[in-house]
Amino acid sequence: MAHAEVHDHNTPLEYQSETGRLNILGFWIFLGAEIALFSTLFATYLVLMYRTADGPTPHELFELKGVLIETFLLLTSSFTCGIAIHEMRKRNRTGLFVWMIITLALGAGFLGYEIYEFVTYVHEGAALGTSAFWSGFFVIVGTHGLHVTMGIAWIILILIQVARRGLTPQTSAKVFISSLYWHFLDVVWIFIFTAVYLTGMVLHNG
Amino acid sequence: MKWDEFFVTGDPLIYGADVSIGLTVIGLLFYLTYFKKWQWLWKEWLTTVDHKKLGIMYIASAVLMLFRGGVDALLMRAQLAVPDAKFLDAQHYNEIFTTHGTIMIIFMAMPFLIGLINVVIPLQIGARDVAFPYLNAVSFWTFFIGAMLFNISFVIGGSPSAGWTAYMPLAGNELSPGPGQNYYLLGLQISGIGTLLTGINFLVTILKMRAPGMTLFRMPMFTWSALITMVIIVFAFPILTVALALMTFDRLFGAHFFTLQGAGMDMLWANLFWLWGHPEVYIVILPAFGMFSEIISTFARKVLFGYKAMVWAMVLIAAYSFLVWVHHFFTMGTGAAVNTAFSISTMLIGIPTGIKIFNWLFTMYKGKISFTTPMLWALGFIVNFVVGGVTGVMLAMAAADYQYHNTYFLVSHFHYVLIAGTVFGCFAGLVFWYPKMFGYKLNERIGKWVFWLFMIGFNVCFFPQYFLGLDGMPRRVYTYSAASGWGDLNMVSTVGAFVMGIGFLALVYNIYYSFRYSERENTGDSWGLGRTLEWATTSAVPPHYNFAVTPTVEGLDPVVAIRNDKKDVTPKLADIKPIHMPDNSGVPFVMASFFFVAGFGLVFEWYWMGIVGLIGVFITLIIRSFDKNEGYYVSVDEIKETERITV
Repeated sequence: MAHAEVHDHNTPLEYQSETGRLNILGFWIFLGAEIALFSTLFATYLVLMYRTADGPTPHELFELKGVLIETFLLLTSSFTCGIAIHEMRKRNRTGLFVWMIITLALGAGFLGYEIYEFVTYVHEGAALGTSAFWSGFFVIVGTHGLHVTMGIAWIILILIQVARRGLTPQTSAKVFISSLYWHFLDVVWIFIFTAVYLTGMVLHNG
Repeated sequence: MKWDEFFVTGDPLIYGADVSIGLTVIGLLFYLTYFKKWQWLWKEWLTTVDHKKLGIMYIASAVLMLFRGGVDALLMRAQLAVPDAKFLDAQHYNEIFTTHGTIMIIFMAMPFLIGLINVVIPLQIGARDVAFPYLNAVSFWTFFIGAMLFNISFVIGGSPSAGWTAYMPLAGNELSPGPGQNYYLLGLQISGIGTLLTGINFLVTILKMRAPGMTLFRMPMFTWSALITMVIIVFAFPILTVALALMTFDRLFGAHFFTLQGAGMDMLWANLFWLWGHPEVYIVILPAFGMFSEIISTFARKVLFGYKAMVWAMVLIAAYSFLVWVHHFFTMGTGAAVNTAFSISTMLIGIPTGIKIFNWLFTMYKGKISFTTPMLWALGFIVNFVVGGVTGVMLAMAAADYQYHNTYFLVSHFHYVLIAGTVFGCFAGLVFWYPKMFGYKLNERIGKWVFWLFMIGFNVCFFPQYFLGLDGMPRRVYTYSAASGWGDLNMVSTVGAFVMGIGFLALVYNIYYSFRYSERENTGDSWGLGRTLEWATTSAVPPHYNFAVTPTVEGLDPVVAIRNDKKDVTPKLADIKPIHMPDNSGVPFVMASFFFVAGFGLVFEWYWMGIVGLIGVFITLIIRSFDKNEGYYVSVDEIKETERITV
């Protein structure tokens, strides 16, 4: 919007344009749809939880160490992402970049561990087509992983725009929206950690 | 893959379709080239982000799909007219009822309603456009491309044949080999993206872009119905997205979600499908309820009776819509407790729906009713929809359902609610808002012919099916024996179907006739009885910015107040300021084309092609992200000229 809107100085940059405000609300609603999407995947996974057929059980393959590292990396990245937004609101572009790049690095680390985990399982005889259980496992964890991948690519594109155009109401709304997305993926991971990994190790143990 | 595997061969009906498709394409190309219309097509339509034009394209596509789905229906009725008919074989019949169901729900009912919502809602709330005009174009083009992908299946590769419900294991690789079922999965997936985006778009539009003074409880009932529908879309469509993706993994990548091998669970598909599918039924009925509310109130010249009750009834219906899905398969055998719970929740829906029926009746009570075509459709709706509703409550009784399940009783029930509800609603809305889209009314005399032909044909077609169902005729059979005794009623039903077909042709003729001969409107309030803001525009067809000056609202039915108080609402020069509008964009069309490439590749499991298509989609996303898309300003001079303000 070219015409100037009047704001008191407490209004965050990302809320200072009409487009920014509409986009943020629209994205919240999109996250509502994402909750419905992941809920369906969780329901599917839990229904298929004991349907391992002739394949290995999760108890045989799941290892706590790798999953804990993944969890630690992603939870920390959510924290650093929060700091990045805080820096953005202070109009500190360098701070935003530093903390966002740390966030992305942690996200990439998470992805690396996840890919390693997937490869290990496939070597140990559990793939998408092994049984209903493993189909459910790979699709729910994989969907989350795909979201993280898209998130990394998307945030890089937005950071390029911030580098070129500076912190404007438009670019900051984009950064803010991508941070909402990042935190959302963190929340989903907490549910995956609980419903997939912890139950997989505990409930299958006996 | 050989040529004769790629193209569907061997059936004279399909060859006929090939020829007619070929001729239509050549005809269109010739028309566009000879009359130099390519630039017009690109500038005015393919790149538009105007909600009114997108709405018109939605409706035009829906009417086209109504024709396709209707031809499917007539082919089925022709086959069933007499016992032991040889017109269609079993496989062909299966394909036709599958495409009929899928097309009518996903590619006819939904776009018809979304089209009317697109045209009307921004005007009704006094907005310049939707919240995200670009996204709106993406929605339309992904829907359109999904529909086209699904439709080409019958000449390339073969149609799906596992029913529109695509139950597993029937829809799996073993029992439905070949690309047919993949068309279903990919076509619905791509158009589903568009629907979800529409849901988000209109939620934000209705929540954030209403004219000053229009509180939630001053919104027109159609806007309320759209708002509630969009909430259902946002929470129901992701379920379909997941279900389709899982079946795609089963078919393409050997996963075991719904398969018989690998400990998959076939009934999981049925559950997921109807977890989306039942809310979907309400997605296609609630907007129709909203339109009937507007039409009945307009032509009874009375304020809608029980406004708040109408709103809360829709909220309740929306909530219940997610709690009844098991009634689609009471015979699955989940036990008495589960069936009882879902039986009761299903019957509960009758209460808010009943409230709405009575409110419509009370709106008309002591009203001075004009029997215009839209009003006739509304009256026909009330009577016929109640028949569908009552048989719905019969079906809701789980124990009795073991008798009705999978029979023509059910077929008749859902046609009574979907045709008398949704289709009558679409026709009513089309006629009612036609002058808003094109600047002239559809001819009323022909319109009444359409109504009576269609309404009588509909009853002749479907009423006998209740009795066929009670007599035990199962649905989805391609033929039956003379000894069954079902021949007479089936013949009656077929006659009715063809009368409906004549009604549809009369509608098409009316569109042509009115284009040629209808009197052009010169006021914004074409019916002279309008109540809501879309009738407050200065011209019959609003300019692309809708309102020169954003209207202010002081209560329900603002246009009635303007008319009664003889208020002067012509825009004052002093109030006119430059209007900010979004730029047109060709990216949505290109993005959807890449979706088509990706979808087509995946249908035939040509993964290189799927990947190329998806890369194209991502490139268009990146282009959009880097586009500053700041829009442009309509100057005061241009507005003055458009509004013919001479000061």
